[in-house]
Amino acid sequence: MSSTSVSMTVNGKSVTKEVPARTLLVSFLRDHLGLTGTHVGCDTSQCGACNVHIDGKCVKSCTVLAAQADGASVTTIEGLAKGDQLHPMQAAFKEHHALQCGFCTPGMIMTGVALANEKSNPSETEIREYLEGNFCRCTGYHNIVKAIETGAKAMRR
Amino acid sequence: MREFSYHRPKSVADAAKAFSSKSEARYLAGGHSLLPAMKQRLNAPSDLIDLSAIKDLKGIKIAGGEVVIGAGTTHAEVAHSTEIKKAIPALCVLAEGIGDPQVRNRGTIGGSLANNDPASDYPAAVLGLGATVVTNKREIAADSFFKGLFETALEDGEIITAVRFPIPEKAGYAKFAQPASRFCIVGVMAAKTKSGVRVAVTGAGPGVFRATDIEKALASSFSAGASLPAVKASGLSSDIHAGAEYRAHLVGVMAKRAVAAAG
Repeated sequence: MSSTSVSMTVNGKSVTKEVPARTLLVSFLRDHLGLTGTHVGCDTSQCGACNVHIDGKCVKSCTVLAAQADGASVTTIEGLAKGDQLHPMQAAFKEHHALQCGFCTPGMIMTGVALANEKSNPSETEIREYLEGNFCRCTGYHNIVKAIETGAKAMRR
Repeated sequence: MREFSYHRPKSVADAAKAFSSKSEARYLAGGHSLLPAMKQRLNAPSDLIDLSAIKDLKGIKIAGGEVVIGAGTTHAEVAHSTEIKKAIPALCVLAEGIGDPQVRNRGTIGGSLANNDPASDYPAAVLGLGATVVTNKREIAADSFFKGLFETALEDGEIITAVRFPIPEKAGYAKFAQPASRFCIVGVMAAKTKSGVRVAVTGAGPGVFRATDIEKALASSFSAGASLPAVKASGLSSDIHAGAEYRAHLVGVMAKRAVAAAG
């Protein structure tokens, strides 16, 4: 088996593992590090349930090899809260009931945080456009859009 | 995904060397076409040579009336480049319309061109603006680069290092996107350049092509009000998203929108 050594910082902690070269970043996070907050939805880079940040950029971790993230800093949904204190974007999702089954939520929140980092005061249209790569199959998007608006506002403070 | 060995060389020369020493090697750029194809086992390379650590492939330069974009530059970097926005705003519009934000953070111009998906956006920019594809071996004019469905003039092991876009007088891009994937059902780049009007169409057929009749019509008057000849449906693609006749109609509509966008 062709394995490769992968070192990266995940949610502030350095990790090094020997993994098969074909290991996807999402499998590395879930199966090797036990960070199961990042979900595998479609596994075809469409749904965004697997979104994480690599060096601050939001990406679909089902379409990135763990080896490609070697040397990078990765943030997952588990890396947002500070102890018991939710990240402002997480708090906004809770406040607006921006989820029903919750499967897409980690990816939605990672996208919301990325947008707020790019644009501190996104309009509703900008939020909807930015959510192009995230699918929610139960609530519809209205509350998610409201939550991201609120979360972005809270992140400005 | 089948097993493979992974390599991450630091220079173009090392990448080419690694490629030539392996039996079934493939270069990996952003990976947003290749990795999905490998998951479906449509592609099963023995070795993946990741080009992302090669600094020479990155960056955007404006010099001598040209925009030069390193092959490893992501769609997001092109979309957000203030320099490109000033020189060729249509290129930013095109890059901003590819896939979704996450795809744009990974996908690269070089990877997209080497793959030459018939429904991808960049081929229309390269052909429509009369760009030059620079490789580790030579320079290839846009008119001789694209060879049809997923085929290009690239030789085995050749690496795109940059793309040089001459700055046009004006240019516009318009596409009718497949609503789920944002791939082009029809995309048109229309440009008024020093060497004449160029109109390149992607998505409509098995590969990007120039709409020469429309170019002629726009040569006398590069305006959205110009009367454009009807496009023939023969040779265009038909699939579940759109028939050839509909695509032919869309070429005319998108050409007008592209010219209008060029201002």
